[in-house]
Amino acid sequence: MKEQGRRDFMGMALGGFTALGGLGALYAMKRSWDPLPSVKAAGFTTIDLSAAQENVLNIEKWRGKPIFVLKKTADMKADDRDVVVGSDRFLVAIGLCTHLGCIPAYLPGEKIFKCACHGGEFDPSGHEIFGPPPSPLEIPPFKLEGKTIVLGEEGPEFIRMKDAGLTV
Amino acid sequence: MAKFDENARPFSEKWLDERLGVVTLKKVLSTEYWIPKDINFLWAMGMVLAATFGLLLISGIFLLMYYKPDSALAFDSVNYTIMTEVGYGWLWRHIHGVGASVVFLIIYIHMFTGIYYGSYKKGREMIWISGMLLFVVFSAEAFSGYMLPWGQMSYWAGMVITNLFSGGSLEAYGLVEWIRGDYVPGDAFLTRFFMLHVLLLPLVIIGLIVLHFGTLRLPHVNNQKGEEIDFEEAAELYKAGKKKESKVIPFNPVFLSKDVFVMGVYFILFFYLVFYHFDFAMDPVNFDPADGLKTPPHIYPEWYFLWSYEILRPFPKDPGLIAFAIAQVIFFLLPFLDRSPNVAPASKRGLFNVWFWLMLADVLVLTVMGKLPPEGVWNQIGLVSALLFFALWVALPFITKAEKKL
Repeated sequence: MKEQGRRDFMGMALGGFTALGGLGALYAMKRSWDPLPSVKAAGFTTIDLSAAQENVLNIEKWRGKPIFVLKKTADMKADDRDVVVGSDRFLVAIGLCTHLGCIPAYLPGEKIFKCACHGGEFDPSGHEIFGPPPSPLEIPPFKLEGKTIVLGEEGPEFIRMKDAGLTV
Repeated sequence: MAKFDENARPFSEKWLDERLGVVTLKKVLSTEYWIPKDINFLWAMGMVLAATFGLLLISGIFLLMYYKPDSALAFDSVNYTIMTEVGYGWLWRHIHGVGASVVFLIIYIHMFTGIYYGSYKKGREMIWISGMLLFVVFSAEAFSGYMLPWGQMSYWAGMVITNLFSGGSLEAYGLVEWIRGDYVPGDAFLTRFFMLHVLLLPLVIIGLIVLHFGTLRLPHVNNQKGEEIDFEEAAELYKAGKKKESKVIPFNPVFLSKDVFVMGVYFILFFYLVFYHFDFAMDPVNFDPADGLKTPPHIYPEWYFLWSYEILRPFPKDPGLIAFAIAQVIFFLLPFLDRSPNVAPASKRGLFNVWFWLMLADVLVLTVMGKLPPEGVWNQIGLVSALLFFALWVALPFITKAEKKL
């Protein structure tokens, strides 16, 4: 009986330490799968908006993702998600369909974005208007500096949009 | 201490048996592992799969010698070095590509054979479950391997499939970035999927194959009529020389010789594909290097994933993801959703026969729709077949419960 108690105690002590070591190992494995600091640090892109032409889509690259920059024409509806520079309005959005991440194509004639993967469509403000996409095109964190825009930094305009729930 | 015969010649059968029990092992695993006589060529698919896995392993080892898991070098190491410089490099690549595609064809035949003959119940549940685990890990193995040439289809398939883990409205982008090790599929993504493809997943597959064989040993393989055979009695008859009266044959050499014949026919077809028609397994879009700023106009998975992809497609995002997730695991539940006491071919089981052929036809229609662009009438056919898939699973317990005992 006494023998049994000692054996149980040793079993539990061994089990406890093994579980602790196992948890530590799991944490180390999780951290090894994390994005590297160098990947996270290389995350800023500066874009000059002054050269943009109306209804012509420019695609820039930020953190490996395509960024849509579209200068709106006068007949396109103004939207709370527009980036406003003087009297010009821009759509600045991550160019990945919010369904499963394909890049939608811009059709200048119809003035819509159309995704080839599952047929989703977005208007020039990035709102979903057809198909499976559940939400508008996302707006990357940005900061306006005169006529240039820095992606990856959160400026007051972006924070306002985020607080209003216009992007994630 | 056990007894050892001093006079046994080193490495003779007796010498080995005293040290390793090889005689018993050989009996248990081959010469006295009893297989029913009443089976057909579909029972050879297991060994055909094992042989195909062997080919994938050997061709993979040679590809591994020149492949470079680096997003800047991978594409050229496959399409230039292996394909044009390495002697017979093209052979290993074509065997590997064709093998990866054909192995799924055989897996599906193997699965539907099991479903048709009811080989997943009354003691055979673990055979089915370990087989389904193999199917899931093979799918992961195929997907991770598809990333390695780092062409446009690799990149965009990687993008779309990893995005599935955001869980729709859960917006778990942190999890997606964690899986990728980057904001988009990049170098970290390629190297970790390389690790999965060449080490971790093959180890799991080999372990599961051993388990799958193990699950067969006690319940034995099923037969064409689903007859419950007294294997011990039948084995005694066979060993007494009454081979004609006995309902069983030994795995080795009798059943295996039939397996080898089926494999012979299979390998003629297999190597015909490898040498003359390998292009079906090589998507032309994947011969463009990966470009994160250009989505190919048409993204579709390899043919063997099309049916489940089509279940994802016709629904809005969240229901689509849920439907997709259910479709991936629902086959695991087959032994428990089939409530009928009968182990018999579907043709003897009334409504279940209708269920079986509808399920097979539905999966085929889903496969075809998955390949067609999401336009017009294809959308409606896709939606109806996806709904039918779930309706069939909901109906299964009811129609099998109502089935008369044979």
